[in-house]
Amino acid sequence: MSASNLDDIFLLARKKEALHLRARLIQNIRLFFIEHGFLEVETPLRIPSPAPEEHIEAFPSGDWFLQTSPELCMKRLLAAGFPLIFQISKCFRAGERGNLHLPEFTMLEWYVTKFDYLQLMSQCEKMIFAVAANMDIARHCIFRNKKIDLTPPWEKITVQEAFEKYASVTLEEALNKNKFDQIIVDYIEPYLGVNRPTFLYDYPAKLAALAKLKDGNTNVAERFELYIGGMEIANGFSELNDTEEQRRRFEQASQLRAQKNWPQYSMPEKFLQALQTIPESAGIALGIDRLAMIFAHVLQIDDIISFTPEIL
Amino acid sequence: MYTASDLRKGLRLKIDNEPYVITEFNFVKPGKGQALYRCKLKNMVTGSQFERSFRSVDTFESADLREKKMQYLYKEGDKYCFMDNENFEQIYLTESQIGDAKNFLIDNIEAEILLFEDRPIGISLPNFVDLVVTEADPWAKGDTVSGATKPVKVQTGYTIQVPTFVGEGEKIRIDTRTGEYLTRVKG
Repeated sequence: MSASNLDDIFLLARKKEALHLRARLIQNIRLFFIEHGFLEVETPLRIPSPAPEEHIEAFPSGDWFLQTSPELCMKRLLAAGFPLIFQISKCFRAGERGNLHLPEFTMLEWYVTKFDYLQLMSQCEKMIFAVAANMDIARHCIFRNKKIDLTPPWEKITVQEAFEKYASVTLEEALNKNKFDQIIVDYIEPYLGVNRPTFLYDYPAKLAALAKLKDGNTNVAERFELYIGGMEIANGFSELNDTEEQRRRFEQASQLRAQKNWPQYSMPEKFLQALQTIPESAGIALGIDRLAMIFAHVLQIDDIISFTPEIL
Repeated sequence: MYTASDLRKGLRLKIDNEPYVITEFNFVKPGKGQALYRCKLKNMVTGSQFERSFRSVDTFESADLREKKMQYLYKEGDKYCFMDNENFEQIYLTESQIGDAKNFLIDNIEAEILLFEDRPIGISLPNFVDLVVTEADPWAKGDTVSGATKPVKVQTGYTIQVPTFVGEGEKIRIDTRTGEYLTRVKG
């Protein structure tokens, strides 16, 4: 043991308990999906064309990019007749670093054929509850000094209701003034998932990205976010299966990216083609690091991973 | 004028004609939404605090504050005396204006004294100070290094948690912004 790495050993030794818990969490999640008939898949981390989204930036890797999520490839599998799939993989997003953000993080993503977003919400709560029960933390999970009971059913509140209940401006005003995200962060998030987890759902259509619009109300997308202890854990939706609508949204996002001088991606044509045969389905992406933070009662994402970029 | 990309912990802004300092800064990004910069801001005169987030398109006025390097001389009652090394003028700060910096004030240390309209209102120390450990329980050599910490006292009387292998007489580097141990330093 050389004297110079004492501090390094110290730093990692402090994380021992959290890293053990993280490993058990991932093993239990895997077990849940296998027991429920899901196929575990692996899709490439390096891809030629990420989905153009207004606020998500990919790292270049050679002429291609590192995936920002496994969404496009997994949906091509869905369209090719793989009805129940899950994946635990690394995702990469440029410029994202904070107490809850890492440029390289671990994502759980799963898709269920013949489900809509409501059924997926209920499967999500069942999964997290079952995993927590296996780890003996289902009813006494403490995060940010709040005791959180993971027993289903969880709280559900629409975006519209959340603005009425917690914000001083209306949803429409927030959207018109480009303050939607700010209001969510400053006035709404702190109240979500405080005593039990909360699903915030029915997002405005313009924030739909790859989600399907609601039948009979095209102002609303069938999209939800899961919050636990005021922290966003997962994002899910009923999958859009309209190639032309998806192309139009990608083109719009590309234009917004161009206005900010962000790099342009080529159109993910194979994904768009796959949407022609994609079944009615719903999918969800869940941040493993953040769920592990809640289970381990740590407040910084740094404390639930072995190496942050800063100490490499 | 500042833009959002300038925001960071310690930056001083003028809001409603009052000087504010950012005491906590975090990058946040909701759902598939835009990057936001969540700040805790402290009024540098009254000490009152509030939290809010800013967008990358937001701009900010800089606070017209002056900093002057001064030398810490002594403490008298609850007043801390500093001297301007250029004109030998002496100024006083109260205990509450000094805040946590008192844990790291050693005689003759140079600090930046903050002047708002020529009134001293605060102090900022270098981000890192090296202090000598004056009281510590011994570390049994041969013990394995674990994540455990122990409290030790440094020369200013401040008690700090350090890894168990840090011994009496050693010099340690402390981050004055968090008050936490960083590493041991030689010499």
